Amino acid sequence: MPGEARKLTVEDLKRIKEEHRATFTLREGGYRAKVTVNMGTCGIAAGAREIMNALVEELSASGAKDVIVTTSGCGGLCSREPMAWVEIAGQPVVRYCDLNGQKIKRILKEHILDGRVVEEYALAVGDETSY
Amino acid sequence: MGNYRGNLVICGGTGCIAGGGAKIRDAMQAELAARGLEKEIGIVMTGCNGFCAKGPIMTVYPDGTFYEKLTPADVPLIVEEHLLKGRPVEKLMHKDPVLKRAVPAMHDIPFFNLQVLRALRNKGLIDAEKIEEYIARDGYMAAAKALLQMTPEQIVNEVKASGLRGRGGAGFPTGVKWELCARVQGDVKYILCNGDEGDPGAFMDRSVMEADPHVVLEGMIIAARAIGAHKGYIYVRAEYPLAVSRLQMAIDQANEYGLLGKNILGSGFDLDVEIYQGAGAFVCGEETALMRSLEGKRGMPIPRPPFPAVQGLWKKPTVLNNVETYANIPPIILNGAGWFRELGTEKSAGTKVFALTGAINNIGLIEVPMGIPLRKVIYDIGGGLKQGRQFKAVQLGGPSGGCIPKELLDTPVTYEDITQTGAIVGSGGMVVMDESNCMVSVAKFFLEFTTDESCGKCPPCRIGTKIMHGKLKDITEGLGKPGDIELLQDLAHDIINTSLCGLGQTAPNPVLSTIKYFRDEYEAHINEGWCRAGVCRPLTTFYIDASKCIGCGACARACPQKTVSGEKKKPHSIDQSGCIKCRSCYEACKFGAVKIGPGSLKQKLLEEAEAAKGVSE
Repeated sequence: MPGEARKLTVEDLKRIKEEHRATFTLREGGYRAKVTVNMGTCGIAAGAREIMNALVEELSASGAKDVIVTTSGCGGLCSREPMAWVEIAGQPVVRYCDLNGQKIKRILKEHILDGRVVEEYALAVGDETSY
Repeated sequence: MGNYRGNLVICGGTGCIAGGGAKIRDAMQAELAARGLEKEIGIVMTGCNGFCAKGPIMTVYPDGTFYEKLTPADVPLIVEEHLLKGRPVEKLMHKDPVLKRAVPAMHDIPFFNLQVLRALRNKGLIDAEKIEEYIARDGYMAAAKALLQMTPEQIVNEVKASGLRGRGGAGFPTGVKWELCARVQGDVKYILCNGDEGDPGAFMDRSVMEADPHVVLEGMIIAARAIGAHKGYIYVRAEYPLAVSRLQMAIDQANEYGLLGKNILGSGFDLDVEIYQGAGAFVCGEETALMRSLEGKRGMPIPRPPFPAVQGLWKKPTVLNNVETYANIPPIILNGAGWFRELGTEKSAGTKVFALTGAINNIGLIEVPMGIPLRKVIYDIGGGLKQGRQFKAVQLGGPSGGCIPKELLDTPVTYEDITQTGAIVGSGGMVVMDESNCMVSVAKFFLEFTTDESCGKCPPCRIGTKIMHGKLKDITEGLGKPGDIELLQDLAHDIINTSLCGLGQTAPNPVLSTIKYFRDEYEAHINEGWCRAGVCRPLTTFYIDASKCIGCGACARACPQKTVSGEKKKPHSIDQSGCIKCRSCYEACKFGAVKIGPGSLKQKLLEEAEAAKGVSE
C-alpha cells in the first residue's frame, strides 16, 4: 500500500502538534512574550522595517513557539525611533529605543528568550499614567 | 515552517465564497507580496466562521480585529494601515447593531462572545484542507485514546454517561444506540454519517463538514471501534459540493497518514470510509430511507423494528449518527463525560449548533449551551430584530417543528422544554419572524415543502399533506370556510398517528403550532377576510390614515404603480383601482399612516371614490 512509510503513531501526532504550536499561539492567544514594533510614519522612516525583518527572521530561526510579534502606530517619542516594546507575561513592559537590526537581535536573545533585560538599550519600564 | 507575526484568517465557507471571499484572498496575496510582507503575514482560509450575514469576513491575528463585508478594493487600505502601520481600519470593522459603534476585537462582539464552541471549536480557526492544523488542535488524539487505551465497552459507557443525544433532530441518546449495536453479534457492521441536511434554512452540518472535516472522521473512527465496524459511509447531499470535496480531501489525507485504513495508529483496528452522494431528497435524512438509498434503491423508509442497530444497511448491524453528533465525540473521549455535562441540563447535556436566520440582525451559525433561554439567543446573540421591528414568533425544527410565540420567549432551549411548546429542537434551524409574517402563510410554506418531499409510501402522508396544503392555500386566498381549522386539526392528528416515518409523523407540526398560538390569525382570514400582516393579497387592502399622514410623499415615491397621490404636506391617498398590494408604501411610511385593512375594504373604498367623483362633477 502506498504511503505505508508515512503511517503515523501517537508520537507523530504529538510532534505535529508541537510543530504547529506557534501558529495557534498567534490565533488563540496564550503567548508568553509579545514584541510590539512601533510602525508609525516616524518609525518606518527611522528604519522600523529592518527591525521587523530581523525580528521575524531570528524568531523563526530560534524555533520559539510562544512569542508573538505585532505592530503599533507612533509611540509618541519620534526622535528616539525605531522603538519596540517587549512584554513578558506577568512582568512590566520594557520600552527599547534607537534600535537597529543588531540591537533587536540581542534583545530577542537576552531578554525575550533568556529573560534578562538589555538595560543599555532600554528607555523605560512600565506604562505611562493614563486617566 | 517559519514564524509569522500575523495571520489573516479569511472565511472560506460557502456563504463568504459566494460573497467574493476567494477574491479577497487573491487580492491580499498580491498586496502582501507587493509590500514584501508575504513572509511576515500568513493567510489562512478556513471553513464557515458562522457570521454569514457579514461576509466576506476576515479576522486579523494576534489582535483579533474583525473585518466584515470586505471587497478587494479594501485590501490595500488594510495592508497599508493595519498590517504596515498597526492602525486597524475602523470603517471596515464590525458595527454593533445595538451600540452603533465599531467593535474591533472578535471576542468583544456579542455574537461571538456569548457562544460556547465545542462542535464548532475549529470553525474559522483552522485551514480545513490541512490535516496538520487539525492535529495541532488535538486532532486524532481522542481516536488514539479510544483505539489504544480504551475497550469498546469503556467508549460506550463514556458516551452514555455524557448524556449526548442525537443532534440530527430526534434526540435519541447516542451511547444507547451504540450499545444496542455493540451487543449484536456479527462479522460485518457499518458505521454511517448522516450529512443529508435537508431542512429549509439549515446549514449546521454543512458548516462542520466544510470547516472541520476531520472531526467527522475522528468521531466515526471512535464509533466504529465502539460497535466493531470496519466500513463507514458518509451520506452527503450532492448540493453540498464544497463539503464533499473537503471531506474527500480529509479522507485521502487520513488514509495517507494511516489514520484510516489498516492498523490505524498501530492499534490493529481497521476502518475504511467512503462518501456517498445523495440526490437531495428530504426523506433520505430518515435513517431507514437513507440506508435504502445507500443500497442503490429508491429512498423510502421501512418499518422498525428491526432497528438499524440490529438490521440496517444490507441487513447488517448499523449505526447512523448525524455530523454534529460526531463532532461532539472526540472532546467527550478526551475530556470525559463529566466535562461534557458541565454545560446544558440534566436531560439535555452539552451545546447545540443552530442556524439563526430570518428577521434578525445577526444571521449566522451559532453554538450555545443547552438550557439558554430563547430570548438570549434572539436578542443578545442575534442582536434583536431588523429595523427595530416587533418579534412575532421563532420557528424551530424546520418542516417538522413549530412556531414559538412571544409569550414563550423565556423557554430554555432543551429537548423537553421545546417539545412542550409544540415545536422541536430538531437539527437546529431557527427562523425568526416579525409582524410582517403571516402565520397561515408560514404553515402553508412548510406544508408545500413536505407535500413535495413526501416519498409517497404511506397514503396519510402522501394524500393527507396534500389536502392540508390545499386547505391552507384556500384560506390564504380568501376561500376559507368555518370548520376548516377543525378539519386541519383532525387531519393533522390522523397523519401523525398513521404515518410510518418521522416525515409524516411531524409534517403537520407547523400547522398545529400556528393554530395553537395564532388561531386568531386563521379566524381573521376565514371570518373577516383579513390578513392583518398584509401578506395574503386577496385578504388585504392598503389605505392611508389621513389623521396620521404628514404628506411627506415617501409612499408616493415608493409606489411602482404611481397610484399614491396627494399634495405636499397634505394627507395622501391610494387609488385602489391601480394598487397591486406590493407593500412598498407600507414599508416606506415612517409614521404608521399606511394601514392594512381587510380585503373587502378595497371595494368599499372604490365605491366611495366613485361617489365622491360624482359629487364633484
